[in-house]
Amino acid sequence: MTSRRIVLRFNAANVDEPIIYRLAKDYDLVFNILKANVSPQLEGSLVMELKGERYQEGLAYLEARGVSVQPLSQEVVRSGERCTSCGACTAVCPTGALSLSRPAMQVEFDKDECVLCQLCVAACPVRAMEVHF
Amino acid sequence: MTVRSYGEINARIRSGEVVVMTAEEAIDLVAAKGLAKAAAEVDVVTTGTFGPMCSSGAYFNFGHSRPRIKMQKVWLNEVPAYAGLAAVDAYLGATEVPEDDPLNSNFPGQFKYGGGHVIEDLVAGRKVRLQAESYGTDCYPRREIDTWFSLDDINEAVLFNPRNAYQNYNCAVNLGDRTIYTYMGILKARLGNAHYSTSGQLSPLLKDPAFRTIGLGTRIFLGGGIGYVAWQGTQHFPAVHSGANGREFGPAGGTLAVIGDLKQMSPRWLMGSSFTGYGATLTVGLGIPIPVLDSDVLRCATATDAELFAQIVDYSDAYPDRRAENLGFVSYAELKTGRITVRDREVPTAPVSSLPRAREIAATLKEWIQKGDFTLTEPAFTLPPAGRAAAARSLEIRGRE
Ligand code: SF4
Ligand code: SF4
Repeated sequence: MTSRRIVLRFNAANVDEPIIYRLAKDYDLVFNILKANVSPQLEGSLVMELKGERYQEGLAYLEARGVSVQPLSQEVVRSGERCTSCGACTAVCPTGALSLSRPAMQVEFDKDECVLCQLCVAACPVRAMEVHF
Repeated sequence: MTVRSYGEINARIRSGEVVVMTAEEAIDLVAAKGLAKAAAEVDVVTTGTFGPMCSSGAYFNFGHSRPRIKMQKVWLNEVPAYAGLAAVDAYLGATEVPEDDPLNSNFPGQFKYGGGHVIEDLVAGRKVRLQAESYGTDCYPRREIDTWFSLDDINEAVLFNPRNAYQNYNCAVNLGDRTIYTYMGILKARLGNAHYSTSGQLSPLLKDPAFRTIGLGTRIFLGGGIGYVAWQGTQHFPAVHSGANGREFGPAGGTLAVIGDLKQMSPRWLMGSSFTGYGATLTVGLGIPIPVLDSDVLRCATATDAELFAQIVDYSDAYPDRRAENLGFVSYAELKTGRITVRDREVPTAPVSSLPRAREIAATLKEWIQKGDFTLTEPAFTLPPAGRAAAARSLEIRGRE
C-alpha cells in the first residue's frame, strides 16, 4: 500500500481536537508528519504522509471534522515578475516563509520554511504564488 | 510667506535647475536642516502609491465596422462593458466579471479575471476579444460582431477612475471567529492579523492634507503614464480623525477622480487583481508632485509615518453593519514594524499596497520632472478640504413619499 502525501488545514474550531490520534486509533492509519504549523486556538496546517486500509474512511472523518484535505503539491513558487511586494500574503503565511524585509519592505520568499499550505495562493491579489504539482 | 509660484517652479524645470525630492528624502532634509532652510531649497516633493483601487475603469471608442453597428451590449474577453453611450463607445469597470463567473457560489470565490485584467491585457499589448450585440437600425444595420483588437487598433482608450488615491485607509482586523475574505485581504479570526493599505509618509493625499495644491487639472503619474486630476473622487469626505479624548489623528477621507490616455500606460502600473471571496479589481500606480509654494506646504508634505494614523476597524461586524466604531488609532510607523497591539493582544500587521512600488513611483516622477519632461500644472480650482466638503450621506431604505 502506498502512502499518500496530503496537506491538512485546521481552523480555530477544530485545531485543538486530537484528530491525528483518532486517525491512528480509530482508522488504523499510519502517518508520518513532514511539516507542521499548528498553534493552539488559531488556524494551522500539517503536511503528512498517510496510509492504511481505511484511508478513505479516515479522509471522510477529517472532512466531517471540518479539516480540509488537499493532495500535497510538489512546490509553491513565486513569480518574481508578477510579485509587487505588496505584502498581502505575509501575515497569512503561517510559517514566515513569506516575510517583509525592513525597512525596504520587500517581500522575501524562503522556500525552506514553506509547508505548502497554499494559503498565499488565495491571499495574493495578482496571483504571483503558483502551485506546481 | 510665498516661497515660489507655479511659474517659477516650471521655469526652473525648463532650465534644469529644479530641486525635486521624494517625500521620504524631503523628510530627511527637513530633519537635517530645519523647515525654513529646506523650504528655500526644495521646489517639488513627489509622492506615490500602488494599491488596489476598485473605482477604476476605462472607456473606449472602437471605430466603426462595415456595415455599422450600434453596440447595445458589449463584452471584452467576456467581461461585460457598459454600452449605453453612442454607437461604438463603451465603459469597462475594473470590478466587472464574466457573466458565467461562479462568484461566491463556492465560497470563497476566486474572481480570476475581470475588468481590471482586461485593462492590464490591453496595456500589455495583448489582443482582446470584442463581442457586441444590437437590435439593428436603418443607419446601424449590423446586429452582432465578434472580433479581436489591441490598443493600437482602436480610436480612443481612456483610463477614467471615479475614485482613486484614498487619502488614508482603515487598518482592518477581524474580531469574529472565522477567517473572513475582504477587499483588505484575508483576515484571520480573533485578531489573527491586521492589514493596512496606504504608503503612509509617501501617500499622495496625506502629503497635501488641506488640498492646497491638488485640484482640477493637476498633472500626475497615472498607470505609468501621465494623467490628470479630473474632479474630486466619489465619497470625497476629507476630515481630521479625532480620538475619544479629542486627540487628533490626522487627515483621512479625501479621494480623487483621475483620467489619462490608456495607450501610454503600462502593465507594470496597472495590474488586474483578484481578492479571494471579494472580487476582481485593478491595482493602480499613482503619484502626485507637490509644489513647495511655501514652508507650510513643505511641513505637510514631510509629515512622517509617526505623525500619520490609521483607524483600526473590525471587518467581521462593525464595518459590514456600517457602524462608525473603531478599535483605536495606530501610526504608520507602528504598522510598519510588523506588530501592533489591539485590545491588549499583539497582532501581526501586513500591508496590502506595495511600499517598494510606491517608492519607485515617487522616484520616477522625480526623474521625469528633473529631466524637464514633466511640468507642474496650477489647478483650475483646488479640491474642497475638510470643513468645506460635503458631508457623507448614507443610503436609507424608504418608500417614495
Ligand atoms: S504555501 Fe504559501 S502560505 Fe503556505 S507556508 Fe508556503 S509560502 Fe507560506
Ligand atoms: S501577495 Fe502576491 S504580490 Fe503581494 S507580496 Fe505576496 S506574493 Fe507578492
